[in-house]
Amino acid sequence: MATGVERARAAAEAAARQSYGRLVAYLSARTRDLAGAEDALADAFAAALSRWPETGVPDHPEAWLLTVARRRSIDQQRRRMTGEAGQAHLRLIGEELEQEMAREKFPDDRLGLIFACAHPAIEAGVRAPLILQAVLGFDAATIASAFLVSPSTMGQRLVRAKSRIKQAGIPFRIPEKAELGERLSAVLEAIYAAFSEGWTDASGAESRRRNLASEAIWLGRLVVDLLPGEPEALCLLSLMLHAEARRPARRGPSGEFVPLSEQDTLLWDAGLIGEADALLQRAGALDGIGRYQFEAAIQSAHAARRFAGRTDWAAIATLYAGLMTLSASPVVAVNHAVAVAYAGALEQGLALLDAIDDTRLNEYQPYWAARAELLTLSGNLAEADKAYQLAIGLETDLAVRRFLKRRRGDAASRSGQVSG
Amino acid sequence: MQYMLLLHHDDTPFAAASPQDQETMSAPYMAYNEALIKAGAMVSGERLQGASSATTVRVRDGRTEVLDGPFAATKEQLGGFYIIEAPDLDAALNWAARCPSANYGTVEVRPIWPTR
Repeated sequence: MATGVERARAAAEAAARQSYGRLVAYLSARTRDLAGAEDALADAFAAALSRWPETGVPDHPEAWLLTVARRRSIDQQRRRMTGEAGQAHLRLIGEELEQEMAREKFPDDRLGLIFACAHPAIEAGVRAPLILQAVLGFDAATIASAFLVSPSTMGQRLVRAKSRIKQAGIPFRIPEKAELGERLSAVLEAIYAAFSEGWTDASGAESRRRNLASEAIWLGRLVVDLLPGEPEALCLLSLMLHAEARRPARRGPSGEFVPLSEQDTLLWDAGLIGEADALLQRAGALDGIGRYQFEAAIQSAHAARRFAGRTDWAAIATLYAGLMTLSASPVVAVNHAVAVAYAGALEQGLALLDAIDDTRLNEYQPYWAARAELLTLSGNLAEADKAYQLAIGLETDLAVRRFLKRRRGDAASRSGQVSG
Repeated sequence: MQYMLLLHHDDTPFAAASPQDQETMSAPYMAYNEALIKAGAMVSGERLQGASSATTVRVRDGRTEVLDGPFAATKEQLGGFYIIEAPDLDAALNWAARCPSANYGTVEVRPIWPTR
């Protein structure tokens, strides 16, 4: 149970975050000066996070933040300006502003801001970090640690991207219908990238990375709220919620890795799964099918195990086959082969795995782990052992390494061999 | 905002064409110019003589070096430019995509440095 203090802090943070993104968007939408807007709000945001847990969230959070931000910049001005006339003038400006702030309703330009951050003229790798900073107010150091790059590198990339938005005149707006699909997929890709970074840290040892997954879900909800008729946005959120629902089951009591097939379905979050399935259904009623719809449907099929008691691998194999028609990713091809094998066609699955021609797979741990599993099932234990060895060598997560070693030992003991 | 569209393409086919074919090849540019003017987006635009007519100059240590030929020896050369008025990058990119040169060469879009 969260204490009252924690609840107050969480409420303050949520409100500040909502307001922060809105204000950055509002202040930068016309000038395209993202850095300037962030500078103006930095102090105000910090003040809100320290004061709101005690005072409660104000009635007009945006007005509060903007007033504080303006007051700070007036303070700075005051230090530069001397003389009675200057003081009186500034006091007047301050009073006027506060009156204006109290009644002003702020338009929500956050989606336009997100589209600017994920514009094709912005380097793909910096889009997700830029969204996290501009919309959620993350500092460069936090983003850097989540994306595993040095703070100075991340800082430079963010600064460069922001000056590019300003100089090149990248617009803050929702693209027209004709280009919305392509542009939205860049936005969704950036959100998914943030989610995946957070998801990789299964143990939750690095809270910054774990938070990234919940921030990505928050952004996913925002996009769904603002574009409720876009099936791919609904499905990305559905996909992320399905994954999030299984988080409590991904690790055992002593931190050991638990693969999906062995997870205790009672530990899955039924509320999140319900929400995820409802989103998928909503998307199904709309026109158009995309990669996230297939991926969400695959997650939904896995989640159905909690009622059925078994996994419908044939359905999953069909969904992966559908996904393959949209995406040439070797990762999808590996998952398809595994699903085919588990659906009963073991040899066919192995043949599909062999047929994937992509050198990137040589360094892809799940490929070797999948190969090892399927070879073990088919009784080819010598080859399975080699594949396990490669998978273990490629894995950096200690818990997953221990799991793979255990599997390798189990397979070896079946043949009477001793694993080396 | 103002943007410059820099048209890079291989100009040898045009140079080798008959006057009649050159006229045919120029027709899309005439239509494009009309569209820019009609939309109030045209600030200026010029076609350049072929890259084979280029001369480069640089001054190093007080010495002026003059070389025949263009700045970079690549197949796609700067063949012309437009300066256009556009509300934002998306609008400028739209114009760039409609430029005939984009179909067989590359159009670089650069915002003009604001002086005011």
